[in-house]
Amino acid sequence: MSAQAILGWSLNIAEFCLVLAMACAALRMLRGPRAQDRVLALDAFYVSGMILVLTFGIETGTTVYFEAVLVIALLGFVGTSALAKFLMRGETIE
Amino acid sequence: MMVATDLPDWAAILTSVLVLMGAILTLIGTVGLLRFKNFYARVHAPTLGTTLGIGCVLLASMFYFSILQSRPVLHEVLIAIFVTITTPITLMFLVNAALHRDWSEGDGHVPAKQTWKKSKPVKDDDEV
Repeated sequence: MSAQAILGWSLNIAEFCLVLAMACAALRMLRGPRAQDRVLALDAFYVSGMILVLTFGIETGTTVYFEAVLVIALLGFVGTSALAKFLMRGETIE
Repeated sequence: MMVATDLPDWAAILTSVLVLMGAILTLIGTVGLLRFKNFYARVHAPTLGTTLGIGCVLLASMFYFSILQSRPVLHEVLIAIFVTITTPITLMFLVNAALHRDWSEGDGHVPAKQTWKKSKPVKDDDEV
């Protein structure tokens, strides 16, 4: 087995692991007993999605995915902090 | 598989090891998110993905594109810095909100709220 084949297979296995991680986070988001569990699961979901898009970028060999990862990171930060602020105060914009 | 063929073997092996390590660490983190019993225990688990998981995958990406284009490709450092800065901030917001909610509901599982007047002043080591 050549090294390129090993790289391709390990990228596929990594994508499978990351999809499984996103499924775990989604399950916690559906099941989470309280709102803060759901927000935490959403944050973990965003991070797993970011890593999944990064592995897509390595697999296709293009750097276009990098901008998508940056946008996902930004939206994850804004979304999670807005939801945390909503849980704290009951309103997001004062 | 659309993996580039003009990559030296050692670079391919190193990239695959780093990507696999990052993905498996992220998976372990989210399994912990699913399995822990308490919210305050669950907060710790996904940070495995946000620190070491994304760090390994970004390192692999940097390494792969630097070897492939035979020039340093370092724009992934931006993502690393951004994630490293924002994750503690969001989790601190979230845990503050959760503590606030538990205190206001009188949940017995969290310790009582400490006020500065009641508690004794804690003496730091560098104050001596």
